[in-house]
Amino acid sequence: MSKTVSVLLFGITREIVGTSSLATAIPPSGEIGDLLDTLRERYPALSGLRSLLVAVNGEYAELNTKITPKDEIALIPPVSGG
Amino acid sequence: MVTIITDPIDMNSAYQHVAADEAGAVVFFFGTVRNNTQKRAVERLEYESYDAMAIRKMQEIVDQACQQWNVQRYAVIHRKGNLQIGDMAVLVGVSTPHRADAFDAARYIIDTLKKEVPIWKKEVFEDGEVWVDAHP
Repeated sequence: MSKTVSVLLFGITREIVGTSSLATAIPPSGEIGDLLDTLRERYPALSGLRSLLVAVNGEYAELNTKITPKDEIALIPPVSGG
Repeated sequence: MVTIITDPIDMNSAYQHVAADEAGAVVFFFGTVRNNTQKRAVERLEYESYDAMAIRKMQEIVDQACQQWNVQRYAVIHRKGNLQIGDMAVLVGVSTPHRADAFDAARYIIDTLKKEVPIWKKEVFEDGEVWVDAHP
């Protein structure tokens, strides 16, 4: 059985996916980039965004960052505060 | 002080917090809700935040500003939820001994906040809505 991680969703990603938190399988590589690819396949509208970053435990992460079930993952679409 | 709130921003208490005996300059920036975007009438804005990360990023930005300029005291307050035309969405206040540092530090904080802090706004129009900057 594959391990899962919960992904927090905000703004337009929350609306695309239809929920503010999603449990999803950690890819075999354990890498953020592969998790993103899986989500883009499942929710094609994510590919239409100007950018889509990932935060791990509240810090911007690289695509090759490895994740574990304990990590807090968040999708960060283009920010627009201020 | 760095915070995200749902209630209206109280600029008087922010001023009390930022003012300092050592400071000869206090600069405040207020970001407010404009009634149009590219000539399209805006009804309201809806702000959403990843609170824990947003507060941490805002603190990081302020810490960078404090290293670069002689900041005595500061306040960064971002509001979230539904905001109406004219409401204050964000307040940045800094006090410094002399005015150049206050202008530069306040400018750096708001400019960097807009680029890096995970807060999002949706513009709601009479006939639709759009997450700002989400699409190319």
